Amino acid sequence: MSDVADRVRKIVVEHLNVDAEKVVEKASFIDDLGADSLDQVELVMAFEEEFSVEIPDDAAEGIQTFGDAVSFLTKAVG
Amino acid sequence: MFDLTGKRALVTGASGGIGREIAKALAAAGATVALSGTRVSALEDTAKEIGKDCPILPANLSKLEEVDKLVPAAEAALGGLDILVNNAGLTRDNLFMRMKDEEWDEVLAVNLTAAFHLTRSVLRGMMKQRFGRIIGISSVVGVTGNAGQGNYAASKAGLIGMNKALAYEVASRGITVNSIAPGFIASAMTDELNEKQRESILSSIPAARLGTAQEIAATAVFLSSDAAGYITGHTLNVNGGMAMV
Repeated sequence: MSDVADRVRKIVVEHLNVDAEKVVEKASFIDDLGADSLDQVELVMAFEEEFSVEIPDDAAEGIQTFGDAVSFLTKAVG
Repeated sequence: MFDLTGKRALVTGASGGIGREIAKALAAAGATVALSGTRVSALEDTAKEIGKDCPILPANLSKLEEVDKLVPAAEAALGGLDILVNNAGLTRDNLFMRMKDEEWDEVLAVNLTAAFHLTRSVLRGMMKQRFGRIIGISSVVGVTGNAGQGNYAASKAGLIGMNKALAYEVASRGITVNSIAPGFIASAMTDELNEKQRESILSSIPAARLGTAQEIAATAVFLSSDAAGYITGHTLNVNGGMAMV
C-alpha cells in the first residue's frame, strides 16, 4: 500500500471514526463509511491540508470512495 | 454574566451605533475583538473606548474584493475566529415604484451579499475547531416589512433565511447561527426626529420607549456565550414588543 493511501486512510479513520479494515478501495464514504455530505466536505478539506493541494469543487464531487481519493491525490502530488 | 474569555470575534460596522456597542460588550465579556468598518477614525474611537488591543480592519463591504480579505485578515490578527457578527448595514429608502436598481443593489450588496461572503469564509476555521457563533443583525423590518424599505426589508429577511439554512448545515459541528432583529433603537438618526414623529413611533411600541444599542449588544453577548449553545437558527426579536412573532 502506498504512502498516499496510508495517509488518506488515517484521515478517514480519524474523521469518520471507523475501523481501518473497513477503509478499502471501493468503500464509499457516504454509503459504506457513514459520512454525511458535510463530512465529505470536511474530508476534502483535510486532504487539501495533508497534501498541500487545492481540490476544486468539481473534482471533489468525483471523490466518492477511498479509492477515488487515493488515485486523485496520487496524481495531484505526483 | 457571560464569560467570553479567550474568544476571538470580528464585528462589522463597528464604527458606530449598534456595532460599536456590540464590540464593546463582547470585549467587556472577555473576547478579543477585531473591528471593521469604513471610517478608520471612528473605529479607532471604538478601540479607545474598549481600551484593549483591537485589530482595526477597515473595509468597504460594497466591494467584494475588500470583503474577501476581511476574514483572513481577522484570522491572521487574532489567530482564528470564534464569533462573527454581521452587523454592517445601510439603508437607501424609496417607495417601491420609484426605487432605482442602484438603491436595490447597494443595500443587498452590503446587508446580504457581504454577510454571505464573510460567513462562508469563517466556516472552514469554525468547522475545524468545532465551535463557532455566527450572528446576523437583522431588523424588525425584515420580519414585518415597512413602507419605503423594500430593499432593506428584503436584505434583512434574507439574512434571517440564510442564517436558518446554514444553521441546519453546521449545527452538528458546534456552530450556532442566529439573528437578532432590533426594533427602533435610539441613535443619531432617531435623535433627529421631531416630537410628532417620535410620538407616532412610540405609540407602536408597547414598551413606550426606544431600545438602546446596549440592549442589542447584550443579546449578542448572550448568543455568543456557551450558555446559548443550544440555540441555533433562531431570530431574537429585541423590539419592546412592537412585533411579537
